Amino acid sequence: MFDTGPFALFKWEKLFSDWRIFAEGFATTISVSFLGLLLALVLGLIFGVLATSQFKGAKFINRIYVEFIQNTPLVIQIFFLYNGFPHLGIVLPVFAVGVIGVGVYHGAYIAEVVRAGIQSIHRGQLEAAYSQGFTFWQSMRYIILPQAKVIIFPPLTNQAVSLIKNTSVMAMVAGGDLMYHADSWSSNNLYYGPAYVIVGLLYLSLCLPLARFASYLERKAQMSP
Amino acid sequence: MVKMEHINKYFGSHHVLKDINLNVEFKERVVIMGPSGSGKSTLIRCINFLEKPSSGRIFVNGVELTAKKVSLNKVRQKIGMVFQHFNLYPHKTALENVLLAPILVEKRDKKEAEKSAILLLEKVGLKDAYNKYPSQLSGGQQQRVAIARALNMKPDLLLFDEPTSALDPEMIQEVLDIMIALAKEGMTMVVVTHEMGFAKQAADRIVFMDGGQIMETGTPDQIFNNPTHERTQAFLEKLNKIQV
Repeated sequence: MFDTGPFALFKWEKLFSDWRIFAEGFATTISVSFLGLLLALVLGLIFGVLATSQFKGAKFINRIYVEFIQNTPLVIQIFFLYNGFPHLGIVLPVFAVGVIGVGVYHGAYIAEVVRAGIQSIHRGQLEAAYSQGFTFWQSMRYIILPQAKVIIFPPLTNQAVSLIKNTSVMAMVAGGDLMYHADSWSSNNLYYGPAYVIVGLLYLSLCLPLARFASYLERKAQMSP
Repeated sequence: MVKMEHINKYFGSHHVLKDINLNVEFKERVVIMGPSGSGKSTLIRCINFLEKPSSGRIFVNGVELTAKKVSLNKVRQKIGMVFQHFNLYPHKTALENVLLAPILVEKRDKKEAEKSAILLLEKVGLKDAYNKYPSQLSGGQQQRVAIARALNMKPDLLLFDEPTSALDPEMIQEVLDIMIALAKEGMTMVVVTHEMGFAKQAADRIVFMDGGQIMETGTPDQIFNNPTHERTQAFLEKLNKIQV
């Protein structure tokens, strides 16, 4: 019964014999995700803290970044990096396009997560720190962020999940990631069925544990005072 | 020690402080009293610039805080503040609360800072609470840790913003006792409080505020026994009814 149809047995056999192609894509997806997340964390932390500062212009810069990135599609941002930047004389390898693309995109969301976390900490904490001579950045580092992290972590983990899934946008610019390899492999032999099922499972294997971890953190945060 | 000249403060269109002029001498204890909304908390918060005055000049220890390019953090290190709601760092133990700023801000020697922190916690009667977190302490204990935290910066001046208002009645005295002891040791203090007992015992001068203005100032004897302003009289009458 598995001789024909989209999931015919011979298509699976072909897929497993070409497993290296998928493994390569999977490895690329993991490294883009990891580096992209790192970039997103750095950007999110800086812009999230800036949003709560009294420095003139800091809030404005934060708003421009967050609104601009959150309200345009990631695909357009990736296309811009890939097709637009070369016109400005900047040619990025597609791997970097992926890292910067998802990093900048999710940095904007993480900035909002960080901002909300900081603003949930009672104002008196910052005042106590100021009254002792802490600078703004010292107060953030030693007093505010250590308290805010309990609130920040669960939505942050959810952002990591979205980021991993969104690396699949790289497929649109021949990014060498998991989705791209699944696409190009199956467009040669038209064995779409097994290809998409397998990469779907591979994404799931990355995202599901993270999502479970997020809800564990959420439960833990609710239990602590 | 503290000099405030023609301080005005607006919150939006609300005029909270109206042309405040106030001097606090070295080793002087000034108590600020007045009905709620009279601007006393705003005034004391101007002294360490947690509130920025809309106009006027403030000097602390000869440094003008209202000047441009003043190092606020340097000045604040020597002005201790005790808050109504304690504002201890909840993720740190009592000892760490007292240690944090001396080590991180003043870059003092860790051993020396810890030694003085332990002495101070003993002084405020919290020998056994070093390793407890604020959530494990009563309100009175937390406020005493907060006083130790302020003292470990070796301040020239201590500000108290309604330090006993958030405490259960039975814990008020343990905090006031420490404040009285500090006053006796010669600490310069500015205290916003309704505690008349403390004012009588420890204050050199009482400042009575209403509607954002200083209505009158005088010794405790003058203010409590011969208040000249009718609003001071009315306020004290109400306070007397509560605190008998």
